[in-house]
Parts: sequence; C-alpha cells; structure tokens
Amino acid sequence: MKRLLLAAATLALTAGMGAADTIRMGTEGAYAPYNFINDKGELDGFEIELGNELCRRIEAECTWVRNDWDSMIPNLVSSNYDTIMAGMNINDERRQAIAFSIPYTPPPASGYVGLTADAPIDGVVAAQTGTVQSAHVAQSGADLLEFATFDEAVAAVRNGEAEAALADREFAAPLVASSNGELSWITGQDNLILAEGLGVGMRKSDTELKARFDKAIEDMKADGSLDALITKWLGDKAETFAKHAAAQGAAAPADAAAAGTAPTAPAAPATN
Amino acid sequence: MFASCSDPSALNGLAWLMCYLTSGKHLLFYASFGTVLLLLAVTAPIALLFGFGGAMAARSRIAPLRWFGGIYTAMVRGVPDIIFFLFVPIALDQSLEWLRSRVYCDPSVPVRQGNEFVVCQAAKLPLSTAAPWVHQTYSFTLAVIAFSIVFGAFAANVLSGAMNAVPRAQLETAEAYGMTERQISRRILIPQMWTYALPGLSNLWMILIKATPLLFLLGIEDIVYWARDLGATKPATFAYPHPDWRLWYFLGLLVFYLLMTSVSQRVIDRIARRLSRGQATMAGEVLRHEVTQ
Repeated sequence: MKRLLLAAATLALTAGMGAADTIRMGTEGAYAPYNFINDKGELDGFEIELGNELCRRIEAECTWVRNDWDSMIPNLVSSNYDTIMAGMNINDERRQAIAFSIPYTPPPASGYVGLTADAPIDGVVAAQTGTVQSAHVAQSGADLLEFATFDEAVAAVRNGEAEAALADREFAAPLVASSNGELSWITGQDNLILAEGLGVGMRKSDTELKARFDKAIEDMKADGSLDALITKWLGDKAETFAKHAAAQGAAAPADAAAAGTAPTAPAAPATN
Repeated sequence: MFASCSDPSALNGLAWLMCYLTSGKHLLFYASFGTVLLLLAVTAPIALLFGFGGAMAARSRIAPLRWFGGIYTAMVRGVPDIIFFLFVPIALDQSLEWLRSRVYCDPSVPVRQGNEFVVCQAAKLPLSTAAPWVHQTYSFTLAVIAFSIVFGAFAANVLSGAMNAVPRAQLETAEAYGMTERQISRRILIPQMWTYALPGLSNLWMILIKATPLLFLLGIEDIVYWARDLGATKPATFAYPHPDWRLWYFLGLLVFYLLMTSVSQRVIDRIARRLSRGQATMAGEVLRHEVTQ
C-alpha cells in the first residue's frame, strides 16, 4: 500500500513537472564562502555556483530563495522550496526529517576559535543554533551560547562573551586570518570532524530529484569540476575529494576505523 | 553605482565610503526601510479593523459571536507572538494549497506524507515558475495577515476596554432620547470610546513598529536583517572588506526607530488633543478651560 502511494506520488510529481521543470533552491546567504550576498546584493559563493552547475546538468530551471537558518528545514518540508544548499552537514538527526544527496564536500573540519591558543573549551562556548557544532558543544559539557549566525558566535568571542567558538574551519579561516592575531585556533582542537559532509537537502518524497542530484554530483566528482570549485572558493588548502581519497587510501590499511577522520588531524581527539 | 567604484580596492577614505554606501547591497538595505514602512502602513489599519471586529463580537448579544470574540482575544494574547508568526503563514499557505490541490491535483494522493506537505506543481501557491516578486508579494501578504491577527487581538482588548469606559450616563441619556441600540453604538459609544482607547492603541503602534524584525522569520528581508548582514565582518573575499561594523549599523537603526517613535508620539498627542474635546475627562476639562479663558 505504502509503495503504491509512493509510486502514485512520484507519478503525480513527475507528471506535474513536465517540460518546465523549475526547482526552488533554499539557502541562507550568510555563510561565506559557501553562500553569501556579495556587494552587488546578489547571492554568491561555492554552493551558488555549484548549485547552478548541478541544475544545468540535471536540465532544470533553478531559482534561489533566501531563508532564515532556523526555519530552513520546516520550510522545505512544507514545500516552500525544493532543495537546501546552505552549508548543511549531513547527519543522522537531520536525516530523520529530510533526505540528502550524496555529499558534495568531503567531511568538513570544524575548529574551536579563541582569543588565545590555549583558551578553555569547557567553559562558555559559542556556536550557531541548530548546527552540528552546537550539538557537539552541548554534548561536550561546556556551556553552550547559541547565536543566529556563525558570525555573531565569532563576534561573541571577540568581545569576551564566550571563551571559545566552535565553527566550520573554511568559514572561520578568513576571519582568523584577517583578525591580525586577535583570534587564533585553539591548539589540538582545530580539526574536528563532526559530520559526513555537506549535502543537498530534499524532501524524502522527492526520490526522483534526489537520484538526479546524486548523479550530477557523482559526475562532477568524476570529472574533477567539483574539486576545482572547492579549490576556487575554499582555497588551495581546502580538502578536496581527490586529496581525501588519496589520504584515505593511505590510511585505510593502517587503521580502518580512522577512515572517517581527516588525514590532516592525526591528533584530533575522539571526543564523542 | 558610480563608474569610479569599479575597483574598490584602489579607493580610500571618503571615495571608498561613498562607493561602499552605494553598493548594490546597500541599495537593498535602503529599500528594506520602505518594506518596513509599507508593512506598518498596511498592517495598522487592518489590525485596527480586526480589533474593532473582535471588540464588537465580544460585546455582541449573539452568544456564538461573543464566544468567538472572547476566544480570539484570549487565545492570541495568550500565545507568544513568535509562534503565531510561524504558525499563521504556514497554516494559511498550507490550507490554500490544500484547497487548490483538491481542484488541480489527483485527489487520491495525500498532501501529508510523513512530516511533509506536498501538493502537485499545479497547486503550488505561488507557482514555482512565478516571478520572484510574486513570491515576495505573497509572503508579504501572509506577513500582513499574521501581524494583523496578532495585533488585532490586542487592539480588540483595548477597544472593548475603551467601550466599557464610556460613562454609562452618556448611554442612558441616549436611551432616554429613544435611540435604538445600534444608533447608540454609532452616535455615542464609538465616537466617545476613542479617547479611552488611544493610550492603549498608541502602545500597540509602538510595539508594532518594533516588532517588524520578526519579518525575516517569514522570509522577508527587513532592515535588521540587512544591518546584521552588512555589519558582519567582511573578510578579503568581499569587494569592500571591513571589520565588525554592526555597532554602527545598529546605531543607525536605533536612530531610525527613535525617529519613527518620536514622530508617532507627536501625531498621537495631536490626535489625543482632538479626541479629548468635549470629553468628561481630565484632558477634556483642560481643553474647556483653555477655550473659556
């Protein structure tokens, strides 16, 4: 019965789509360099360029929709838009609510940022609400201070409101680099792997769309264009699929269990 | 905007600032002030209308109408605003889409699938293919309705209190003249209640002005959203890199809100003076003395 319903739903969806296949893509627009609003007032960033390329490959017409991070998943399931590409990490908690494509980045690293390299990470720690980072801080036993955006979490460290902030490395790296030594990574806590990678979030019922996105991402991985985009937006040091695969290949015989951890972080403690 | 702004990194000082403040993103910021003013201008009369309806319903002789008025004010006032702002637009949107799906889609397909709400493409409101401004207008309309329902409930309470505050003697006199209940309402009660309602309504207006940042919850980019985004630290990947300037942007918003509220206060004072004319209140008494002296 369930399968029948699903088949009927897919049929109805695909029938409705027809030739003019328009996909509304939800994003936050406050998470440089993944997605942000550039000085011209347009959406820009890694995920925007990647999303447009994916749309071209699946032959769909795409429009971007900006939405607050907090209501990102509720608005997806109530069909206000069809996909999420907002630096959203794939994890089991979110998988209960929505479906994800295969990841379009290798597992991203997060790091604690403090005013000094030896700032405590078990005191007051800032993070963005509803992120893998905030979940990690809550589990670590520290006092979690949540903010609506990552930028505010990092700002809280600057003004002493929090002793440290847990943030995505690629996001925080330019902030740390341009702070003239005011901010620094906390030693030994700057390369934690908290999730499986960023993925395109979709409604669970959109199985056909997920298959198309998965195939397009797989193609882009295979022809190297995804790695090129990662390097373009996230910098030369960013983890690409090629680097990740090479490192994993080297690490696998030694320690199969470490396959999920980034190779650059041999010292990363398994806190959870 | 200006031709000289094509390479911001070569600029400095005032020229840089000029270019920075006229970047495309800043123009969107300035436009969002218009969005907020428009929301206020549209919401205030509609909320007042809702409030009036609610207050009249609460006083009605017809029991179901009275219950409706009572439940409306009690329920909306008892639930946090933010829940209503999330609930009303989603509920409205989904019920409209559900109605459309019964017409345009295969009715055997359920719209609720697990935690998802899915209707076929033809029933989407607005259609996925619609222009961005259609989507924006649609969400703006939903926002206006949500704001009006919430503020209407508060206004209903203020107005029904004001109706009760009109001296009984005034109404009795009207009865003695043989006016019907409807005539008493229209000629005596409603014109006189405003003076009692104004302090409460002016409070609501002030709160409404300050509640507009909730707009972003509904996907509308308001001034606080843009100030937060523009003020955030901009690393070198941006054309106009700068440190954390949110303080300055928020300072600007502070001035804007203060300006809004002080202008409103002046207007309210004038209205209050006008409404107090001939009233059996302290303010009315003061006015009477001014005239006779």
